[in-house]
Amino acid sequence: MIRFLLNDQDVNEENCAPDTTVLEYLRTKVEQRGTKEGCASGDCGACTVVLAEATNGQLRYQTVNSCITLLGSLHGKQLLTVEHLKEQGALHPVQQAMVDLHGSQCGFCTPGFIMSLFALYKNCDQPTRADVENALAGNLCRCTGYRPIIDAALSLAGKGASDIFTKSEASTYLRLTGILKQHPSGFIEHGARRFLIPTNGDELLAQLQRFPDAKLVAGSTDLSLSITQQLQQPETLIYSGRVQELMQIEESASTLKIGAAVTYSAMQSSLHKYFISFADMLERLGSLQVRNQGTLGGNVANASPIGDTPPVLLALDATIHVRSPNGRETFPINTFFTGYRQTKLPASGFIESIEIPLQPECQLYVYKISKRLDDDISAVCAAFSIALKDGKVNDVRLGFGGMAATPARALNAEQALIGQSFTEQGILAAQKALAEDFSPIDDVRASGAYRLKVAQNLLLRAVLEQDNPTQEALEVVQYA
Amino acid sequence: MRNLKASGNTAIQTSSATGVARKHESATKHVSGEAIYVDDMLEPRGTLFGAVGYSPIAKGRITSLDLSSVRQAEGVVDVLQLEDIPGHTDIGAVFGGDPILTSDEIKYQGQPIFAVVAQSELQARRAVKQAKIEFAEQTPTLDVVEALNTQQFVRPSHFMTHGDAKTALDNAPKRLKAEQHVGGQEHFYLEGQVALVVPAEDGGMLVYSSTQHPSEVQKLVAEVLDVSANRITVDMRRMGGGFGGKESQAAAWACMAAVLVSKTKRPVKLRLPRTDDMTMTGKRHPFYNTYDIGFDKDGLIQAADIMVAGNCGHSADLSDAIVDRAMFHADNAYYLANVSIAGHRCMTNTVSHTAFRGFGGPQGMMIIERAMDDIARAVGKDPLDVRKLNLYGGAGRDTTPYHQLVEHNVLNQLIEQLEHSSDYRARRSDINEWNKNSRILKRGLALTPVKFGISFTLQHLNQAGALIHIYTDGSIQVNHGGTEMGQGLHTKIIQIVAEALAIDANEIHITATRTDKVPNTSPTAASSGTDLNGQAAKNAALTLKHRMCECVAEHKQCDLDTVHFANGRVYWGDQSESMSFTDAALFAYENRVSLSATGYYKTPKIWYDRDNAKGRPFFYFANGAAVSEVIVDTLTGEYRVIGVDILHDVGRSLNPAVDLGQIEGGFIQGMGWLTTEELKWNHQGALISNGPATYKIPAISDTPERFNVALFERDNDEETVYHSKAVGEPPFMLAISVWSALRDAISSLSDYAISPPLDTPATPERMLNAIEATRQQAQEIKESAL
Repeated sequence: MIRFLLNDQDVNEENCAPDTTVLEYLRTKVEQRGTKEGCASGDCGACTVVLAEATNGQLRYQTVNSCITLLGSLHGKQLLTVEHLKEQGALHPVQQAMVDLHGSQCGFCTPGFIMSLFALYKNCDQPTRADVENALAGNLCRCTGYRPIIDAALSLAGKGASDIFTKSEASTYLRLTGILKQHPSGFIEHGARRFLIPTNGDELLAQLQRFPDAKLVAGSTDLSLSITQQLQQPETLIYSGRVQELMQIEESASTLKIGAAVTYSAMQSSLHKYFISFADMLERLGSLQVRNQGTLGGNVANASPIGDTPPVLLALDATIHVRSPNGRETFPINTFFTGYRQTKLPASGFIESIEIPLQPECQLYVYKISKRLDDDISAVCAAFSIALKDGKVNDVRLGFGGMAATPARALNAEQALIGQSFTEQGILAAQKALAEDFSPIDDVRASGAYRLKVAQNLLLRAVLEQDNPTQEALEVVQYA
Repeated sequence: MRNLKASGNTAIQTSSATGVARKHESATKHVSGEAIYVDDMLEPRGTLFGAVGYSPIAKGRITSLDLSSVRQAEGVVDVLQLEDIPGHTDIGAVFGGDPILTSDEIKYQGQPIFAVVAQSELQARRAVKQAKIEFAEQTPTLDVVEALNTQQFVRPSHFMTHGDAKTALDNAPKRLKAEQHVGGQEHFYLEGQVALVVPAEDGGMLVYSSTQHPSEVQKLVAEVLDVSANRITVDMRRMGGGFGGKESQAAAWACMAAVLVSKTKRPVKLRLPRTDDMTMTGKRHPFYNTYDIGFDKDGLIQAADIMVAGNCGHSADLSDAIVDRAMFHADNAYYLANVSIAGHRCMTNTVSHTAFRGFGGPQGMMIIERAMDDIARAVGKDPLDVRKLNLYGGAGRDTTPYHQLVEHNVLNQLIEQLEHSSDYRARRSDINEWNKNSRILKRGLALTPVKFGISFTLQHLNQAGALIHIYTDGSIQVNHGGTEMGQGLHTKIIQIVAEALAIDANEIHITATRTDKVPNTSPTAASSGTDLNGQAAKNAALTLKHRMCECVAEHKQCDLDTVHFANGRVYWGDQSESMSFTDAALFAYENRVSLSATGYYKTPKIWYDRDNAKGRPFFYFANGAAVSEVIVDTLTGEYRVIGVDILHDVGRSLNPAVDLGQIEGGFIQGMGWLTTEELKWNHQGALISNGPATYKIPAISDTPERFNVALFERDNDEETVYHSKAVGEPPFMLAISVWSALRDAISSLSDYAISPPLDTPATPERMLNAIEATRQQAQEIKESAL
């Protein structure tokens, strides 16, 4: 059985298909249809709901796309939807602001915007325009052009996040911690299909061995597409989001170790401490809804050629810690990806953590190139880690996504850089060598020729960024 | 307004219900999740759920169709194939060519072959995948230029001429030729296509459909069922966006559901998942355009030979009118003394392209706006000066290529005003300086105008009806032929009726658009919703007002012309006596006066002789202009729009908030069309940009921080409803300024000597290609000068 709060109602569910999404649950099972389906792929935000979780003494409100969130992952959380915000018939301040500033036209995307605004309202008392864009980048509106929505969000600054949820926060906190204390794990099942919620590595390993075809699921931002788009019906899903060992971030003098089930949002501040360019790119990896769900371990295990963290982890020379029936193993990330969506992860194994060495002598440059700034998949993602000695390149790793069947290093180009000055002249050979490293394909996002040209130009960008005494804007993102 | 006697009646002043920023009539429901869309209605007991099986190939024939596994799949109740259709099987909107299902010939990827109903939507979708279909594939035609060269057309070509283009071109001091490809656009209404059909008596049905054209859905459902139209009622409360995509393309799903209802005797809901929607429904037409233009040393155009070729997809759908509208706007705001315009309707093996905000107008405008920039570079002038030079003017410079006079032209004044308010000249010189010192990033600036013709070019569509009931408690229910898709139509109609009756707008309630309340309606399209339905509603209100006045005059024994409505009251005689509107309604009822009235309106003055391509197809023109500033990264082709200033002409605004919303929303949607929204079909003709992961509409960070939008203050000179102007489509084309600014930024790489070609959408990839080509060309020019 799983237990969660639907607004202030206790809900227990046991007999449900393991691939039931929260959106499907809301619209079909409990027939609360304020939450809309726009795409069922986590790209439009119309289905945005807020999950409240008890963490470190307080409730943390986070948006997720209910269309790609699996029902089982609600265990121990509070689910809030657009229907829950009114207080005794009166609109919530975020709802009122959207009405007053003409923020809805057709209204279909509006419930999703309301929930994203609600989470912003709970988390940020003085939102800037950048905060607003960050909070709403995963909500598409086809009618308004966004200006009135931005105005509505900004009008909430300083309004004090006091609402019905503030009033009941203490009791909600107790109810949620109570659920998890009494029932740290849970499950749902339907016929011979199941969704399991282990709480530690031993349990997880045992379940993976018991169900060899099981799929390990964390944020389900990618796995859910196989359910909602390809209509697959996985038999067993094992949820990693309650496995304590996978949720840790360890910072030491020499490394940053991130648990596989840590979400992008949760690792943002640690990354910002050590790798600002990585942290900045993370904001564009996906929408806030996706970053609140997706995990670093999922991105690595998925081994997609267009995942955005593997190129950076390649440049940073990360180590993948794996646990399996064979015991614990480590893999340097540059050997981990073996083919299109293939890795060295052993059968019934799982990634425990990703360990990144801290190398203060290395300069990190991270670039993401896509058609749209917000919530888009990269045509090219590039990460360069470069250490100079006596003005010459002494150590270099160039990680790329979108250039090959796997995330990959540009070994020829790296070789061509060693011993060269990191200047426009010094990179010429490396730029040329990129054409030996990669023969990128044409697809819906870009042509191979564009990808290669951009990859070459990004080396030049790094050079210019390094030698930029006037702080001239070099990227359109910086200018705006 | 009548003169009132001075004695003690100074309190009688009519506060205007129009012209104020009233909130959207559904706003509080939108924000609380209480606005009900078709998919949100609780289904009647026993409802079945449908899914559609469609062709994976673009051209060929079905050689074997085995649906036995579909029928046996879990939860499946019934399957629909072509032979199950009792009535018409062609649901083409105007011309034939759109079979509801096919059993033989395949003309595009996404062509529906069968439909299935099951106990749940997921079961129906899973069942579809069980179909075993074999095809004999043929090579599809996918290239519009190939279709043009081989004259594969869905409709005959059309031509317009004014003056003598050929002679004038030969005599022109300067001449340029160019070609351009303008990309299409997916509507991406957030609410996908959906219909819920409920069986009724006598073979009838109640159809809930997310459609801009309930009357057409009614007609087509009746035709496929082979029943008369009076048995079918279509109900449409609101759409989650339409943009033209639910004008003709909403019907198929309602028709399929209706036939499944007749087969199963149970309610059926058919809702397209996003990818199915994007695959099976038509889009904005991609166009291939060319120009051959002659001009003098100042850039004044002397002659133009323009060709626009729409990629219509496999069938005509609305393409005849769409390509016509592209031709009607190939002049945009500019006087072309000697001009010939050819419009072709090319057939390709893709889904049939359809209406989309602007309806061909944007694609037509693109070619002349391209010419303006190109001429400016050729004569070494700021493109704004060339645009201003070529604007329509007074007598002698006021005839369009289709021989309509441009009257009441506001653009010269409007552009002047915007040029100043946007600080265009100062920003131009600032940008020139800045670009000299910025190696990687380059800024660009452009001002482009819009002149958009208002009226359906199919004359009979320019009519509308409305129905108003006043109840004895004084509350009012209004119904009209227009549909609400977010554009604020109902809000404006409420304001219009409130103003006509001088009552509080809160007393007025608008109900779902229904074919049993107002029959034979036109689609809510062509920006005409308010112009047509607003006038019809106003006429209905005035009829009721007149009846009430007559009643008061008769029973209070005063002259009819002393009865006066103001501030929610009815005054009569010397105006010292009055009663509330509510009391007046009851008074009229008790005196046996009908409080229900219809209203009707048809647009005056319009006509078009298509055989001779001459006439007045448009009642009036809506105008606007925009200044856009962009910044471009010459290493990657990425860019941002950093500033937009808009001055737009809505006549006398009925609701400034709604109008502003249409202008801003239209602009951003137009910007998406020209920048990031890229439709891609693979070499086999399958759409590969078939979801929001691969098809990128503007997101919130694409909205420029500087976004100044103002309404040009001048009443419409024509007798439109309260002298307002239509606003739905015209602002869309203001976004051409973004594309022009991108070209301007690239042109800076050649010190504005080269006018770089830039097909759309101007993705970062197309931008980088244009940047590299311009650099190379500039280098060649430099070298040859040495």
